Amino acid sequence: MLNSRTALWEEREACQNALARERQKILVCAGTGCVAGGALEIYDRLVTLLRERGVACDAELKPEGLGGERPVGVKKSGCHGFCEMGPLVLIEPENYLYTKVKPADCEEIVARTVLAGEHCARLAYQKQGRIYPRQEDIPFYHKQTRLALEHCGRIDATSIREYLGIGGYAAFEKALFEMTPAAVIKEVGDANLRGRGGGGFPTGRKWTQVRNQRSGRKYIVCNGDEGDPGAFMDRSIMEGDPHRVLEGMLIAGLACGAGEGYIYVRAEYPLAVSRLRAAIEQAEEYGLLGENILGAGFSFHLRISRGAGAFVCGEGSALTASIEGKRGMPRVKPPRTVEHGLFDQPTVLNNVETFANVPLIIQRGAAWYRGIGPENSPGTKAFALTGNIENTGLIEVPMGTSLREVVFDVGGGMRGGGEFKAVQIGGPSGGCLTEADLDLPLDFDSLKKAGAMIGSGGLVVMDNHTCMVEIARFFMRFTQNESCGKCVPCREGTKRMLAILERIVAGEGQEGDIDLLLELADTISATALCGLGKTAALPVISTVTRFRAEYEAHIREKRCPAGSCQKLKRISVDPALCKGCGKCARICPVGAISGKAREPYRIDGGKCVKCGACEAACPFGAIREG
Amino acid sequence: MSVNASPERDYLFIDDMPVEIAGEKNLLELIRKAGVKLPTFCYHSELSIYGACRMCMVENQWGEMEAACSSPPRPGARIRTNTERLRKYRKMILELLLANHCRDCVTCRNNKKCKLQDLAESFNIPGVRFPNTALTPKIDDSSLCVTRDQNKCILCGDCVRMCNEVQAVGAIDFAHRGAKMTVSAAFDRPLADSPCVGCGQCGAVCPTGAIVVRDDTDKVWRFLNDAGVKVTAQIAPAVRVAVGKAFGLPGGENAMGLIVAALRRLGFDEIYDTAVGADLTVLEEANELLGRLERAAATDAGGGPGDQDGTGAGSGPLFTSCCPAWVNYCERNYPELLPHVSSCRSPMQMLAAVARERDSVSSRRLAHVAVMPCAAKKFEAAREEFKIDGVPLVDCVITTQELIRMIREAGIVFSELEPEAVDYPLGARTGAGVIFGVAGGVTEAVLRRLAADKSRAALLTVAYQGVRGLSGVKEATIKVGEREIRIGMVSGLGNAAALIGRIKAGERYDFVEVMACPGGCVSGGGQPYARQPEKAERAKGLYAIDQVSHLRRSEENPLMMSLYNGVLRGRVKELLHVRYGGGQAYAGGQGAGRKGEAEV
Repeated sequence: MLNSRTALWEEREACQNALARERQKILVCAGTGCVAGGALEIYDRLVTLLRERGVACDAELKPEGLGGERPVGVKKSGCHGFCEMGPLVLIEPENYLYTKVKPADCEEIVARTVLAGEHCARLAYQKQGRIYPRQEDIPFYHKQTRLALEHCGRIDATSIREYLGIGGYAAFEKALFEMTPAAVIKEVGDANLRGRGGGGFPTGRKWTQVRNQRSGRKYIVCNGDEGDPGAFMDRSIMEGDPHRVLEGMLIAGLACGAGEGYIYVRAEYPLAVSRLRAAIEQAEEYGLLGENILGAGFSFHLRISRGAGAFVCGEGSALTASIEGKRGMPRVKPPRTVEHGLFDQPTVLNNVETFANVPLIIQRGAAWYRGIGPENSPGTKAFALTGNIENTGLIEVPMGTSLREVVFDVGGGMRGGGEFKAVQIGGPSGGCLTEADLDLPLDFDSLKKAGAMIGSGGLVVMDNHTCMVEIARFFMRFTQNESCGKCVPCREGTKRMLAILERIVAGEGQEGDIDLLLELADTISATALCGLGKTAALPVISTVTRFRAEYEAHIREKRCPAGSCQKLKRISVDPALCKGCGKCARICPVGAISGKAREPYRIDGGKCVKCGACEAACPFGAIREG
Repeated sequence: MSVNASPERDYLFIDDMPVEIAGEKNLLELIRKAGVKLPTFCYHSELSIYGACRMCMVENQWGEMEAACSSPPRPGARIRTNTERLRKYRKMILELLLANHCRDCVTCRNNKKCKLQDLAESFNIPGVRFPNTALTPKIDDSSLCVTRDQNKCILCGDCVRMCNEVQAVGAIDFAHRGAKMTVSAAFDRPLADSPCVGCGQCGAVCPTGAIVVRDDTDKVWRFLNDAGVKVTAQIAPAVRVAVGKAFGLPGGENAMGLIVAALRRLGFDEIYDTAVGADLTVLEEANELLGRLERAAATDAGGGPGDQDGTGAGSGPLFTSCCPAWVNYCERNYPELLPHVSSCRSPMQMLAAVARERDSVSSRRLAHVAVMPCAAKKFEAAREEFKIDGVPLVDCVITTQELIRMIREAGIVFSELEPEAVDYPLGARTGAGVIFGVAGGVTEAVLRRLAADKSRAALLTVAYQGVRGLSGVKEATIKVGEREIRIGMVSGLGNAAALIGRIKAGERYDFVEVMACPGGCVSGGGQPYARQPEKAERAKGLYAIDQVSHLRRSEENPLMMSLYNGVLRGRVKELLHVRYGGGQAYAGGQGAGRKGEAEV
C-alpha cells in the first residue's frame, strides 16, 4: 500500500529497475484476436521451453535483487495492432516482430532468437519478396503515431508493476501533487481534447460543467460499450493498457471533484472485463484507488458495470440508466448528463480512448498535444481497419491523416488487388466515403462536412465486389435490431427502411422506393429522440447520394452491378459453348437444369438457387453469371 | 430554465405571436397556452416527460427541430408549430404508426375515442404506403378489470408510466426492444398473475384501444332480457356527474335523475343509490375510529405496549377500505397493514348486502348490478368474501363507460328523458354519502359525523380544513373531543406508498383515506376519458349535490335508523364488515401479516 508520494517514487524505481534487468522481453500479443489464434498456447510453450533450457525467465515482473542471470521477460501484452498477421510475438530490445506464430515455432524462437540472438526470417513479415525483421520497418507501422495505444503491445497488460515501471500513474501523481483541479481542466481544455466516442465534444468543457455543479456526489463514467460492427479500438485499450484508462479516470475524478467512477463494458468483452477487474484490484492494493490516495486526501472508488451488449447503451442516458439497473433507453434532454447523469448526479461520461489520452496531456502538456493533428481536432485517433484491405488491424494515426494514407499506406491497399470502392466510417451511424473523398483529412469537422462521421473509429474498406445497397441494408438491419424501441421514427421508421432495402436487394424493388427511403430517412434524422436514431439513416443517405445508379440498377433492371446480391444473380448457359454433356444437370442440387444430350442445356431461373455448382462443374466454361 | 425578470426577455414567439413565459415547465404547455393544439400521444401533464411519439416537434428560428414536450421555453426564441416540414414529419409518424396498427376501427372498443384515429383524420392521411404488419390480435382478458390488446398498442408508454410512477404498482413495463418492443407484465404472464390491482388507470390514459376496461354489458343484457330475474341496480356517486357529457350535457352536471330514468327504460326493476351504502360506511367507520381512539387512550393511560411514541396515538392509523384497488394494493404490498385497514365493507357491498336481505322474500331470481366509476369493483364483486353460498352479492359491475354504451345501444335519447327518482327506501341518502366520489370526501363525511358541533357553520369548518381539492396528498388536523387527530388523505397509490413509508418511519397519523385513482372516484378507471379540468368539474358537481341536499350528515339519515332497527339488528358485523384475509389477491395465498389487532 503506497501511502505517500515518496512511497510511489520508491515503488516506481523498483519497477523500473526490474524492467531494466530483463535482458530480453518476449511480448506475446494477448489481445482477443491473437488469443483466438492460439497466443496463450504460444505463451505457455515459450515459458515451458525457456524453463527447460534453463533460461531464467520472468512470467511476471519480480522485485529486483534476485541476483544471478538477467532474466528474459515473457509477457502477455496488449494488441500490437497488426491483427491480420496474428498471432504476433515481439522480441525486445531487437524489436523483431514475428507474425502468424504457431506453438510449433516456439522452439525455433527460443533456440535462435533467445539463445543465439539471431533473427528468424521465416517468421518475419514479408511483402513482395522483402523481409521486414523489425517492427518499425513494416509499412503498416510507418505512418502511425501510437499515443493512446503506446503501451499496447509494449508491456504486460496484466501488471501494474510494468505500468509503473514505464512511468505509469506519473500524470495522476503530477495532477494530485502539483496541480489544482482547475489547472488540470485548463490543460485538458487547452489541449482541445475532443471526445473520441464519436461526438467530438470538447472534454475540457464537459469537465468544467461537471466541476461547476453544486452536488456532493459526482460520478466519472467510462463508456466502454463499443458497439459498432467492426470496431475494437476501445476493447484493445481496455485489454492492453487497462491502467491507462484508470489513470485517466482518476485525473478526471480529481479535476471534477468526483469520488466514484464506473466503467461500463459490454459483457461480450470478457477479456477486457477481467483485465480491468484485475487492474482495479491491483490499483486498490497499491493504494492508487480507494480512500486518501497517496495520503493526499483524495479518494476515488471504481466499479465495473457490465452491459448486456445493447448498442443503444453507448448513448449517455441509456448507459447511465443501464448502470442504475433500469431499461437501457435514452431519455429526453435536458437535463443533460453533466447535470443529472448517473443516479441523477452530475456525471462526466467519456469514452475509453478519451480517458487514455488524458494522462499524456497532463504529462506532456497541452502545447505538445496540440502540435499533433489539425487545429480543431488535435491528437491522434485510433481506427479499426477491416474489410477488403490488405492489413486489417488496429491503427492509430494523427488526426487529419488522409483517408488515402490510411487505406493505401497503413492498410497496404486493397486485398487481392481489388479496386477501391468505398469506406464505411463511423459504423451504422456513419456514412460511406468514395474515391473522391480519398484525400479528405480524417478529423471531426471534415468528415461531418462530407456527410459521414468519425464515430468511434470503425473503418470498413470495400472493393468493387461490394454492393452498396447491401451495405446499407446490413447497417439498417443492425440499427433496426439495436433500436431501443422508444421513439416512433426510429422504431417504426428503421423497420420500414429495412423492409424496403430488403426488397430492393431481393430484386423486388419498386419505382419510388428511393424517394420513400429518403423521405423516411429525412423524418428519422430530424425527429428521432437520440443519437442512434438521428444517425440511423446516414448509411442509406450517403449510399444513395454516392451510388444512386446502383440502387436504380437493382430496382429497374433487377441487376446488382457489384454482382454480390444472391437473389439478383442470373446464371445462364451459353448455347454457343455448351456441348450438352449434362454434367451441370447432374450436379445441380435443385434440378434446375435440363436438356438433351449434345444439345445446349437450359437453366430454369425460377428453380435456380445460384449456388454456382454448375458453373464450377462445366468443363467448357459455358455457364456464366451475368 | 430560469425565468428572467427583465420584461422583454420573458417572452418568446409562437408562430410570430409573442407569448409570455410564466413558469411553464416546457414549450408544449406554453404552445397550448397560446391556443395551438399541438398533437401528442405520450404527453400527459401528470406523468413524467417521455418524449417518444415525436408528434410535438416544433421548428425554431434556425430550422432546428425540437420536441416541445421536452424543451424548456427559452426567452426570445421564435418557434413555429406548423411548417411544411413539420406537417410532413407528423404525417410520416402517423403513417408509420398506422402501418403497424390493426385499423379495425369500427369494431374497436375505442372507436371515435381514439387519439390515433383522431389525429389520422386531422392530418388527412391519404393512405399508408407500407404493408400492414399488424399482428393478429393478442388479447389478454385474464384480468376481471381490464382487457389488453397488444396489437393496438402504439408504445407511447402512458400506461407504463401511470402504473409505475403514479400508482407505484409496477404491473407492466416495456419488454424487448426495437420493433419487437411490447408492453408486458413480467415474463409476459397474463395480467391476472401480475401485481395489477385493477385500478384501470392504464386504460384511462391509453390513447388507443390497447387497454380498455373489461366489458360486462352482455351479462347485464341477459339479466334484463330474462323475465324470471328481478334486476336491481345501484348507482355510485361519481357516476352521476360523469355520464352527462357523453350526451351533450355540461361537464360535471348531476344526471342522476336521467340515469335512473334510463335504467328503468332499460328494464331495471329497482334502482338504489350507492350513497346510501356510503352513509352506512360513514357510521360504521366513524365508530371504528372512535373505538380505536378510545382504546389507544386507554392503553395510553395504562402505559401499555400499544403506545408507541408516548403521544397517546395508539397503535397506528385506521386506513379506509372503500377503494377496492387500494385493498388489493395493501394485500399485495403491505399485508402487515391489513389489521389497520377498516373492517367496513365498501359502500357498494354494504348496500348490496342490505338490498339482498330486504329482497330475500322475492319470488323471482335476483340479479344486482352496480354501476361504478371503477374497474377494480369488478374484482371486488367477485371476491369470495362477498359471496353467500357461492353467489356474489353484486352479480355484475358495469362502469360508467359501459352504462353509456348500453344507453346508446338501446337507442335511448338521454338528453330528452324526464328525470326520475331512485327507489325508496334505498335511495334516501345524505350529502355526506355523495361526496364519497371525490378524494377527501370520505374523510369529510366521517368528520361531519364526529364533529360535536352539528351547526351549519360547522359543516363549512370541516370543508375548509383541507379535505377538499384534487391534490394527491392532503392533510388535516382536527379536534375530536379532547383529542387532536391527524388525518392523511392520499389519492394515487404512489402517494399512498409514500405516506405509508412516512408512517413506517414513525410519523403519526390517526386516520388515512386512500383512493387509488388520482383525485378519487371522479377520475376512476371506469369513467369516460377526461383531462384534469373535466375531473375538477365532476368533483364540483358532487359538492354541489351535497350543497343542496336536505340532509348532509349521515347520522341524520332516517333510513339509517330503520335499517339498524330492521335488517341490521344483530347482524351489523355479518352484513357490513369483512376481514380481508390477504389471501385471495395472491396466486400463492399469502395470508401472513394478520396480527392480533382487535377490530370492530
